[in-house]
Amino acid sequence: MNDNNSQPSIEMIKVNKFFGTFQALKNIDLEVYKGERIVICGPSGSGKSTLIRCINRLEKHNEGRINIDGIELTDKVENIDAVRREVGMVFQNFNLFPHMTIEKNLMIAQQLVRKTPKVEARKIAMQYLERVKIPEQAHKYPIQLSGGQQQRVAIARALCMNPEIILFDEPTSALDPEMINEVLDVMVDLAKEGMTMVCVTHEMGFARSVADRVIFMDEGEIVEQATPQAFFDNPANERTKKFLNQILSH
Amino acid sequence: MSFDLNLILQSLPQMLAGLGITLQLLLVSGFLGLLLAILLLLMRISGKFYLDWTAQVYIYVFRGTPILVQIFIIYYGLPQFEAIRESMFWHILREPTGCAILALTLNTGAYVSEILRGGVLSVDKGLLEAGSALGMSARQKFIYITAPLATRLSLPAYSNDVISLLKSTALASTITITDMTGIARTIVADTYAPYEVFISLAIVYMIFTFGLQKLFGVIERYLGRYTRREE
Repeated sequence: MNDNNSQPSIEMIKVNKFFGTFQALKNIDLEVYKGERIVICGPSGSGKSTLIRCINRLEKHNEGRINIDGIELTDKVENIDAVRREVGMVFQNFNLFPHMTIEKNLMIAQQLVRKTPKVEARKIAMQYLERVKIPEQAHKYPIQLSGGQQQRVAIARALCMNPEIILFDEPTSALDPEMINEVLDVMVDLAKEGMTMVCVTHEMGFARSVADRVIFMDEGEIVEQATPQAFFDNPANERTKKFLNQILSH
Repeated sequence: MSFDLNLILQSLPQMLAGLGITLQLLLVSGFLGLLLAILLLLMRISGKFYLDWTAQVYIYVFRGTPILVQIFIIYYGLPQFEAIRESMFWHILREPTGCAILALTLNTGAYVSEILRGGVLSVDKGLLEAGSALGMSARQKFIYITAPLATRLSLPAYSNDVISLLKSTALASTITITDMTGIARTIVADTYAPYEVFISLAIVYMIFTFGLQKLFGVIERYLGRYTRREE
């Protein structure tokens, strides 16, 4: 699957997750290697978001084991902190801090978590704003930016922390159609640079062109995982076929 | 019925002499009450049941009883206890002003802590998740995300409470304090002209309230600067 045969970056072993009596994740086994690009898709309520939120402990799994770069996610705060230093996340609703300027949004965690001095943090912030092509917005507040710009800022904010892995939780679902591409472009660039990426998305064009592996989830289970070509052209499972028919019918 | 305009002109400056005491009651108990409210808020959201529970009982008691009754209990009730008369607090509690400030502080603290808690609960959970994902600790998230946003969200309700506190200071006149209301009552006792005097008193409070409203309007606009699209 990958030429890097050492330990996986993300390893989930028999993970179960419950919300009350509802089982959101059933027996999830997943390995992601360094530099891999994974796309997770599936119908609403299938557990895709829950799965990636377990990777950085925004959700706590109930059973099974999750290792991130060899660090096991347990109740130990040091482990959770260590994992969050490795893993960046981009949210559907951007979640930029509304009371901070764009520049401050990119600096705050560097200063607080990484203890980066202010001048250095600002330099890094500007460098990543250049990369997502909106350095001129540095002194504005999030509300003054378009959705696409806000999401690019959110990606830059994650990159400022120099993560090994980035999780994308439906990063384009809240965007107007004309803004989707500017965000996908940034994600494609990241993929080209070898970033380990786990993306929950319904952008099938992105999945086809960028993903190493596409995972289909339904009712809390991983139903099928395959290369994009095999996944789209020759899905093995009936549920996958039905899902693809539904989303690709127009 | 006659309406004596001259009397209004005479009594206004006299009542304004009590402005200092009214201001003192408002500012001191407003400030101390805010500190108390923050303490109660932190207890409520600490996740420690004994702190949360203690704060809840406190808030229930002080919201559940009239402020006038609280003033009477503190002013007439506490000095009965020898322990209080011999404690370090006696030099505050033997003065009616000290008692009034204590009662107003304890009362407004209970209300304001619930106002602040409403603000804290209204902060978008997604922002705190973003903070977590970036590795921020619970304390860092509270200081840099929750607190500034909750402050803005609580401000309209908080300004309401400050204006209400201004009016509650009038109750201090019931325990011999010569604030604006206390002076007005004295003038009424001398002149038997309650209409003129109390109407001018009401106008003074309204002018005062107008100033507070303007002040909070300025603070609201400042704290809301990041909620407007235009530069």
